[in-house]
Amino acid sequence: MNNFEDDVWLYTISSKRKLIDFNFKEIWRYRDLLILFVKRDVVTVYKQTILGPLWYLIQPLFTALTFTLIFNKVANIETGTVPPFLFNLAGISVWNYFKNCLQATSDTFRSNAGIFSKVYFPRLISPLSVVISNLIKFGIQLLVFIGFYIYYYFKGATVSVNTSLIFFPVLIILMGLLGLGLGMIISSMVTKYRDLKYLLNFGVQLLMYTSAVMYPLALVRDKLPRFAWLVEYNPMAYVIEAARYMLLSTGNISVNGIVFTCFVTLTVLFLGLIIFNKTEKSFIDTV
Amino acid sequence: MNDIILKVEHISKQYRLGLVGMGTLQDDLKRWWYQVRGKPNPFLKVGDLNDRSLKGNSNYVWALKDISFEVREGEVLGIIGKNGAGKSTLLKILSRVTSATSGGIKTRGRIASLLEVGTGFHSELTGRENIYLNGAILGMTKAEIQSKEAEIIAFSGCQRYIDTPVKRYSSGMTVRLAFAVAAFLEPDILVIDEVLAVGDAEFQKKAIGKMQDISRGEGRTVLFVSHNMASVKTLCSRAIVLDHGEKVFEGGTDEAVSFYLKGGDELLNYRDFGDSINNKVFQLHHIGIKNNTREIYDAIVEDEEIELKTSISFKATNPKDYHITYHLFNEMGEPMFSFSNTAEPLRHGDNVIGCYFPKSFLQSGQYFLSFFFVKDRRKAIFIEKDIMSFVVTDGKRDIGVYMGKEPGYIRPQFKWVRLDD
Repeated sequence: MNNFEDDVWLYTISSKRKLIDFNFKEIWRYRDLLILFVKRDVVTVYKQTILGPLWYLIQPLFTALTFTLIFNKVANIETGTVPPFLFNLAGISVWNYFKNCLQATSDTFRSNAGIFSKVYFPRLISPLSVVISNLIKFGIQLLVFIGFYIYYYFKGATVSVNTSLIFFPVLIILMGLLGLGLGMIISSMVTKYRDLKYLLNFGVQLLMYTSAVMYPLALVRDKLPRFAWLVEYNPMAYVIEAARYMLLSTGNISVNGIVFTCFVTLTVLFLGLIIFNKTEKSFIDTV
Repeated sequence: MNDIILKVEHISKQYRLGLVGMGTLQDDLKRWWYQVRGKPNPFLKVGDLNDRSLKGNSNYVWALKDISFEVREGEVLGIIGKNGAGKSTLLKILSRVTSATSGGIKTRGRIASLLEVGTGFHSELTGRENIYLNGAILGMTKAEIQSKEAEIIAFSGCQRYIDTPVKRYSSGMTVRLAFAVAAFLEPDILVIDEVLAVGDAEFQKKAIGKMQDISRGEGRTVLFVSHNMASVKTLCSRAIVLDHGEKVFEGGTDEAVSFYLKGGDELLNYRDFGDSINNKVFQLHHIGIKNNTREIYDAIVEDEEIELKTSISFKATNPKDYHITYHLFNEMGEPMFSFSNTAEPLRHGDNVIGCYFPKSFLQSGQYFLSFFFVKDRRKAIFIEKDIMSFVVTDGKRDIGVYMGKEPGYIRPQFKWVRLDD
């Protein structure tokens, strides 16, 4: 009788944790919540501002402009036949997506502590919604990029897309997952040790400089061969270089690099899921 | 007999006190090192019972210790206990907000929890958008919410404002809307914290009514935590009493409520606070309540004057600005009246002051006192709820008179004057 009873429990909440215990079925059941969170994030960010969603565009445009002035006009970094502004805009749009994913997901537990301490839903919904809502922002920024692309094209600049562009979505998903994985690891640790929050802020900035955002990968190999490994072991550098190759046919795609990036992403994502899962059960006691 | 729908087995929860810092890192590393070697967590052996008034030996306390109980389908179980007894922790574990340190929960249905109304409300979104967001957070699907949208809006009474951002709402309206969403949740098991203590009287009545519908009419299983004994008695069929993280009583609601009100077997009419209520402004030494002519350990009878003695040291320089206020509650937890020492102000230094209830003023029954220390007659700088409970017993009555309980709680001896002479 007792044995029979044990089988019909819908679920059990036990203090004993399995190391790998992903409940994707439950996440699927909460898909409506995921959609609503994405909608909330996108709709509410710039409410009661005059420029509204235009703010999504202003930030990358001005950053690209600044980079062009400093790195290309002052520091004379060569971008080949591609207009430097377009070169920078491509790098920054792609980098921003990664950066936003990482920063927002790494704040998951702290910023949602209010909700998390009162009601249960699969915690993974929160970082997932961040990655998706940022994807929408990225989409908007990409439209602007396309606008400038057409502008430069008609001005006679030698820009051309590449057939490998069909893999562009894969590249973006890869990057989103990398940001998600890293963010989940950091968010789990931040709940207890706030030191990481400060580390992250300038860590992201340092990472940008080693991610080939404002210079071609080949340039580092050429000019700073002793430190090129810093960039070569950075999975983001390959993503950005590949994205520029697809969009602007500049630089080159390193198959080894992309395989390396895939490997790092999957490892980080898996680790992130494990750590996140372990943390979500009791973080409310330490946050 | 209905089936058991929820089974709580040996739930314990340990908390670490103090700040997170180097010490936590050390403990974490130690715990990890034990785990690597396959040994049990060393910190599970230590830990004190969770009594905030006592100084403990360990940095770890047990907020809950070895709690087990079962809930049958369609049952409404009350969970009562003093502040810090572990009620909220238990609810948090049941609603999966946090996990237990040891033990487990088995359930046969979906649990939805209502530890707060309006969780996840976003002030920039409209009422309608928030219904969807909040409903989804509580575990409803979009289709479910859609089918109930009209009812929810009607129940909330916010029709006019439904497409206005919630930040323009009054706080009462926000609560109404939030409760309306929650009221239309349809989980198998509903876990509710004291969310009824919100909104105005009319809305409270509506909310309690809805709760009754949920539990009686729809046969939903409900776990209900409250300080309000009247609502526990109205809604629950069974109750458990928690004290310092342990289950001290389980049984029918009436028995559980009186067990809770009695507070165990300690000497009820006198409390020595030692050093536990001591701050910059005052130190409360002890409170005692007895009949004027009797000893402290005698039962209090209704037909003699009752003396409430408060011994308190006042440390600040402006005793005139401060007052002691007591609130008196009946055995249902309903407030009866409040009274202050305005007629006999405090002095700097030690004070022993008495307050006297005239004879036959309080009827027999159980009462509680809450203690407030009030500044400038308006701001409570210190509150201790249920600081003391006491029982007034029947007095001697003449043979042949009515022996039962008169209606109400007080029986003041009013002045009666013959006016036709």
